[in-house]
Amino acid sequence: MKSNGQLKITHKKDLSFFEKLYITEIFKGIKLTLTQVFRPKFTRQYPEERWNPPASFRGRPVLVEQDGVERCVACGLCARVCPALAIEVQASETEYWKERYPVKFEINMLRCIFCGFCEEVCPEEAIVMSKEYELTFYSQEEAIFGKDKLLVPAEKLKDRLEFLRKYR
Amino acid sequence: MAVITIDGIQYDVDPKLTIIQAAKLQGIKIPHFCWHPKLSVAGNCRMCLVDVGNPRRNRDGTLVQDDKGNNVIDFMPKLAIACSTPVGDGMVVNTKTPKVVNAQEAVMEFLLINHPLDCPICDEAGECKLQDYAYKYSVGQSRFEFDKVRKPKRVELGPRVMLDTERCIMCSRCVRFCNEIAKKPQLTFTQRGDHVELTTFPGVQLDNPYSMNTIDLCPVGALTNKDFRFKARVWEMSATETICVGCARGCNTKMWVRNNEILRLTPRHNPEVNDYWMCDKGRLETFKWVNSDKRIKAPMIRKEGRLMQVGWDEVAAKVASELRHYKKSEIAALGSAFATNEENYAFVKLMKHAGVTNIDFMRHIYQGDEDDILIRADKAPNSAGAKAVGVHQEGTGLGFEGILKGITEGTIKALYSLDEHIAYEPRMAAVLPKLDLFILHASVENETTTYADIVLSTATYAEKNGTFTNFQGQVQRIRPAVAVLENERALNGFSMSRLDKFGSHNDRWTKGLKRDARAIWRTSSRIAGALGAKWKYTSSEEVFNEMTTTLEAFKGMSYLKLSGYGMKLKTTITKSISVPV
Ligand code: SF4
Ligand code: SF4
Ligand code: SF4
Ligand code: SF4
Ligand code: FES
Repeated sequence: MKSNGQLKITHKKDLSFFEKLYITEIFKGIKLTLTQVFRPKFTRQYPEERWNPPASFRGRPVLVEQDGVERCVACGLCARVCPALAIEVQASETEYWKERYPVKFEINMLRCIFCGFCEEVCPEEAIVMSKEYELTFYSQEEAIFGKDKLLVPAEKLKDRLEFLRKYR
Repeated sequence: MAVITIDGIQYDVDPKLTIIQAAKLQGIKIPHFCWHPKLSVAGNCRMCLVDVGNPRRNRDGTLVQDDKGNNVIDFMPKLAIACSTPVGDGMVVNTKTPKVVNAQEAVMEFLLINHPLDCPICDEAGECKLQDYAYKYSVGQSRFEFDKVRKPKRVELGPRVMLDTERCIMCSRCVRFCNEIAKKPQLTFTQRGDHVELTTFPGVQLDNPYSMNTIDLCPVGALTNKDFRFKARVWEMSATETICVGCARGCNTKMWVRNNEILRLTPRHNPEVNDYWMCDKGRLETFKWVNSDKRIKAPMIRKEGRLMQVGWDEVAAKVASELRHYKKSEIAALGSAFATNEENYAFVKLMKHAGVTNIDFMRHIYQGDEDDILIRADKAPNSAGAKAVGVHQEGTGLGFEGILKGITEGTIKALYSLDEHIAYEPRMAAVLPKLDLFILHASVENETTTYADIVLSTATYAEKNGTFTNFQGQVQRIRPAVAVLENERALNGFSMSRLDKFGSHNDRWTKGLKRDARAIWRTSSRIAGALGAKWKYTSSEEVFNEMTTTLEAFKGMSYLKLSGYGMKLKTTITKSISVPV
């Protein structure tokens, strides 16, 4: 744009004689294709070949399970902080010393925007971002993950837990 | 009057007040834990420390002035507690100077030394004084590096109150409440220093009829509601200002709702009626039936012995034709002390239009079940209102006893009753099967509905606008907190939680059950229409506004004017309404 605010109009130059011939351009294209064919491949053969993200990756949030129970105390802070209102927690009383646990913990994966706020706010390090990124559903109901899908043993989340300790 | 200076501004105050009271009247907040406007002064938490100075005086009592003619102020060497220091003429109080701020931070740090980091599992979180003050008056850090003192958790102090001893900050509010307001000394402290523990006296439980007020009083989460325990976080619910229907006192309350379900009631301040308190029965027993799965979900007509759901048009036409079918003297009507003033008024108007003169309402007096604190023997919230709008007038038609007799003898063939469990009264239950026709407004399925031929599904007190008149004649507003089929939280001006505001129709928390129930003034107006009446109401407020012109007792009132503490009926109720049933 010019300083006086008017658009500067440029005209494409006319094609040269050889370009107009067309046949030379075709050969140029074939040459490019052929050179690529003999170069090493860099396309990932998904889904046969899957990507393993680094610890800093924010996949779907999961609940950390330790010694067979969730660490979560159902404080509801993650539900409160979640900008997308994806989380629903219903607390109840447990015999364990932690007093409360979530009878119901649901994340609506259609609402989740993978911001990681839930992980950040959690006072118990009970919800963390996993490496899972494959999320497809046939219905809205299917996208609501309950405790059965959310609970993951702490051993499987080692990477992320270590990452959090180190960089937070 | 005494002239005092708070933070550089002069105020004229009553010399009998303490600093914290005087400041409160001027809208100045001095942080406090143990002080409560309705309890004696304990002065133990030290949160209310302020810097207090008094004018210096000569021997002859005159004020000493400096060169510029200003009074010379001598500040006390130490800070003073605002809750027990009386104001004095010429007093100067500083509540925000560095010295005071320093003291507040120190007190907070001290209180938090042994306070557990329990907020995530504490029901008080979100409405906790300690939590709030930790943000406002503390540095947010502790220099205490040692182990905290551990004390018992999950202690059942009584049938309705749970104690977490670790969280207690020993303010003694609960102890003083039991001694001074409930008049039942049940709580005390044992041990000394940081080992102090709140406990009940040996062999005693915290079980007085007002015990749950200690939960609201407790500035921390030491005392919690066993019924509400862990049900919801406070920020997930909406709070609606309404009235308790447990008795004729009509305590002002807040109704807490999530997902269209009532989860708890808490008292709301009204100096005219209930101060800061409510009784445990009112708190626990007046809302659960609203959530019940026995609720009636739509209007019904009995066909071939079974109640079948029908539409509102059909049911209104049916009621109108039935009312025409009987002689006026064969019909009796029952208003209700559980229905609002507006509903009773519209019902009376409908009955007048239909020519029915046998109209009264059932009393619910439990002689002896009362005290001189709050609880009344009359267990209905609106007996005075039902009277005031003319549900029964002496000398016109049959009264309640007459109606009972009429049904027994067969002279009364049809009964039209507002929403009430009238079969609860054994004499009534005995005669109900004798009726040819029983039209009933009902919100819950019970024995009474089994006798009904036509059931008009009715909104409960939690689902409608209206007014109740308590035993003192105080007219007070109720507001809808639970949505029925015909209204929407956002469109009908309900109080809303964050979930209500941002949920969409396919979110789980917006899917709470909605029943097709309606307020009685609305159904009455519709039936009157079917009977050919010219009048029609579109809102409860419209009914009320008409009442203020037609009934002397309600003159000069409006919903707006009632929105605070309510207003007294113009005619004082001299005659006792305690007609025993
Ligand atoms: S990652 Fe963000 S959007 Fe997803 S559940 Fe957690 S807070 Fe909510
Ligand atoms: S913030 Fe953590 S502890 Fe609290 S409810 Fe969420 S996952 Fe559970
Ligand atoms: S239980 Fe609560 S009200 Fe009672 S002394 Fe402790 S902190 Fe105060
Ligand atoms: S005293 Fe009466 S109005 Fe007050 S809370 Fe108890 S039952 Fe309800
Ligand atoms: S409020 Fe004054 S000492 Fe507690």
